[in-house]
Amino acid sequence: MSESHAKLGFLRSYVFSTDHKVIGIQYGITALLFLFFGLCLMMMMRWQLAYPGEAIPIIGGLLGETLVDDGAMLPSFYNSLGAMHGTIMVFMGIVPLAVGAFGNYIVPLQIGAPDMAFPRLNMASYQAFVIGGLVMLSSFFLPGGAASSGWTSYAPLSVTATTGQTFWLIGMIFLIASSLLGAINFIVTIIHLRAEGLTFFRLPFFIWSQLVTAFLLLLAFPPLQVAAIFQLMDRLADTSFFMPTGLVSGGDPVAAVGGGSPLLWQHLFWFLAHPEVYVLILPGMGIVAEVIANNSRKPLWGYRPMVYSLLFLGFMSFCVWAHHMYMTGMGTTMSTFFQITTMIISIPSVIILTCLVISLWGASIRFPVPMLFALAFLPMFGIGGLTGLPLGLAAPDAHFHDTYYVIGHFHYVVAPGTIFAMFAGIYHWYPKVTGRQMNVPLGKLHFWLSFVFMNGIFMPMMFEGMAGVSRRLFDPTVYEIGAAVHGLTTMSSWSAWLLALSQIPFIINFFMSMRKKERAEENPWQATTLEWATSTPPPHGNFVEPPVVYSGPYEYSVPGASSDFSPQFIKQES
Amino acid sequence: MSEAVAISESEAARVKSHLRVYVMVFVALAVLTVVTVAISYLHLPTALAITVAMVVATVKATLVAGYFMHLLSEEKVILWLLVLCAAFLVFLFALPLGTETGNGPLWPQ
Amino acid sequence: MSEIVIPYRTEPHPLTGVTSGKLGIWLFLASEVMLFGALFSSYVLLRVGAAEGTWPTGVEAGLNVPIGTFNTLVLITSSITMVMSWASLKMGNPGAFKRYMGATIALGMLFLVVKGFEYSGKFHHGIFPATGWPGASDPSTFYGFYFTITGLHALHVFLGILVNIWLLVWGLALYKTEPERFAGRVEISGLYWHFVDLVWIFLFPLLYLL
Repeated sequence: MSESHAKLGFLRSYVFSTDHKVIGIQYGITALLFLFFGLCLMMMMRWQLAYPGEAIPIIGGLLGETLVDDGAMLPSFYNSLGAMHGTIMVFMGIVPLAVGAFGNYIVPLQIGAPDMAFPRLNMASYQAFVIGGLVMLSSFFLPGGAASSGWTSYAPLSVTATTGQTFWLIGMIFLIASSLLGAINFIVTIIHLRAEGLTFFRLPFFIWSQLVTAFLLLLAFPPLQVAAIFQLMDRLADTSFFMPTGLVSGGDPVAAVGGGSPLLWQHLFWFLAHPEVYVLILPGMGIVAEVIANNSRKPLWGYRPMVYSLLFLGFMSFCVWAHHMYMTGMGTTMSTFFQITTMIISIPSVIILTCLVISLWGASIRFPVPMLFALAFLPMFGIGGLTGLPLGLAAPDAHFHDTYYVIGHFHYVVAPGTIFAMFAGIYHWYPKVTGRQMNVPLGKLHFWLSFVFMNGIFMPMMFEGMAGVSRRLFDPTVYEIGAAVHGLTTMSSWSAWLLALSQIPFIINFFMSMRKKERAEENPWQATTLEWATSTPPPHGNFVEPPVVYSGPYEYSVPGASSDFSPQFIKQES
Repeated sequence: MSEAVAISESEAARVKSHLRVYVMVFVALAVLTVVTVAISYLHLPTALAITVAMVVATVKATLVAGYFMHLLSEEKVILWLLVLCAAFLVFLFALPLGTETGNGPLWPQ
Repeated sequence: MSEIVIPYRTEPHPLTGVTSGKLGIWLFLASEVMLFGALFSSYVLLRVGAAEGTWPTGVEAGLNVPIGTFNTLVLITSSITMVMSWASLKMGNPGAFKRYMGATIALGMLFLVVKGFEYSGKFHHGIFPATGWPGASDPSTFYGFYFTITGLHALHVFLGILVNIWLLVWGLALYKTEPERFAGRVEISGLYWHFVDLVWIFLFPLLYLL
């Protein structure tokens, strides 16, 4: 298939490629760089929180006077760091990694397709992502600094903020466009390009999770696109979509005609942002399911309930958004509605988690590095999910809203949750992409250090929050309670810095293993899914012959079979 | 490389049979436009005016979607998916209204 | 690079009954429904929340109903010329296709020109997006909405015109070698174009008549 086409130059092969594998790697590298940058922003914030008012070591001397005062962080800079850390991690880190990288690389391979349905659109999605990311990053160099109104950009604060906020909005418009185009590609690819014999209920759970995620991205992002346009109009054309009448800022009336509603921003924002959090977790759940099935040498327990739960979860995720807005005075009827839907939506997540746990029962469990991360995901996501329940009910939320409890809750889900799933995926599919295995001792070191320090950062936050420490505080110690629990703050900060150092074995492992002479086997994990049916790395067009599928995705330890795994692309003699 | 796929005779005949329908839909759309403008001159009470206008608009939209966009001749799968989405959409967007009604202006003036 | 053959580019898939391109544009339109749905619902939210007497009707705000009606008929006509241009291709008549597509483009441009006159008329009277509605004790964001929503719609019309021009001028070369595939492209552009008409069918009464 690939002999006839002319050799493409460097640019067409590696920069402007339409091959989903190249695009997947591009997304992966870019996303990991952005994740690292977001980590650095957070490390600076943690310094200010642990040692308020003290000069930041090393970097403090290098930053300009709009950011630091004699090396010590200024409150405006702290706010920028907070807003951009959240934005970068969510929109430029996790989603591009989980969907853009893992999705792009693995989905066509796992369904037996030669590429995505629209390869050129795929390239355009990546390019829009890069442009959006660069716009976001460039805002740090503006005189007024980057956006500083939280990743949630609530009006009217965001409308009256410095130019960095305009860059944030423009960056979001590009990032949203990238996700929309990508979502269309994923849905058409999964529905239309499955191999012969690969019916929907023979799909690996990872593919289901990517399909539901794509629908969430497709349908939930446009209202935020609208909100961003409205906010740009408010900022640049002096309209008042979100500006109420009679607003006064710093003693002076704000120049806006008024008549708008700050609550409208919140509705439009959270209409996206709630499904967005499911976008953050579902691909991770998909990866964990693959790794657990493979390393327990058993089919997943409850595959069908898990799929139905996924679909129900996707649908429900559109009905819960106002649980982020309980404190806005919405009245008891609406509050009751959203509390009910929020409680209901916890059920499918629990079903999926429970099925994954039960899958381990009676299994021959192996513990390679990907499995360590996948197993750790289970209790970590469990803690994250359970701590969300009091937030989902309006009465306890009155106490917890906007405290460190919330930060602890969502970081448990995203950090030792999703990011561990991402690591599991990297260690698991590294041999597929590079043809080599990552070093195991370094991997185990990376895992154990990360596991300890992740908990070291976020567990104290739960207690800080319960004590009543608010989030987004420049210096919590000005309040009595903040000062009283300052030890917890310091513990979080030290854990954060040590967590960053713990990534060094991973970074070394990632780059050094690529250059190993010893190649991995074709199917080193003895896995059953289609991505292992082709060579490593796969050729242009993925499969020499289009594969045919004969069975389900997790036919491990089939009674009477000659080996403990029966790949779905090989016809088994019964 | 795909061969040049010529347009089949049966395809051409099928499309030709629909031409009359397209013209009739166009006439219906034009008439309904005039109707909706005429009704607006009656100055109905607000709630009724909105309802009537939206019903007429929905009928027009259904004609465009059903005939011009061939939805009525596509696989039922796509049609039902869209109908479900539309219903869900209307419900979802009506929801925030529940957080506001009865409380007067959205923001204290 | 394109030695890879991706199936269902011109043949419909048995499950969905459509080609990949058509499924793709329907998904895109679903996201556009959410986009314009959010715009409409924001309008509804703010209008319902506005105090009595502070939100103008279209006529009170100075919108011209006859011009708006004319523009509505222009778009509806462009929809039928669009579907006729696709039908001409399917019936093997590229000449008719060119005439109908040309008409669609011309009507789209006419819509934008009329819009331009409406906007400049407003600007002449000192009405901009940031203008409050005079004559009320509380300001309303009517004009902000009017300019933003119709502006976004006009942008969609403009992009549709660009695609149609490309199809008419450069894309037509594909008809000689792969007529079915070209007809598919025209159909996909048509679906987008009808959707843009559909949005205006709701926008017109909402802004001008209510």
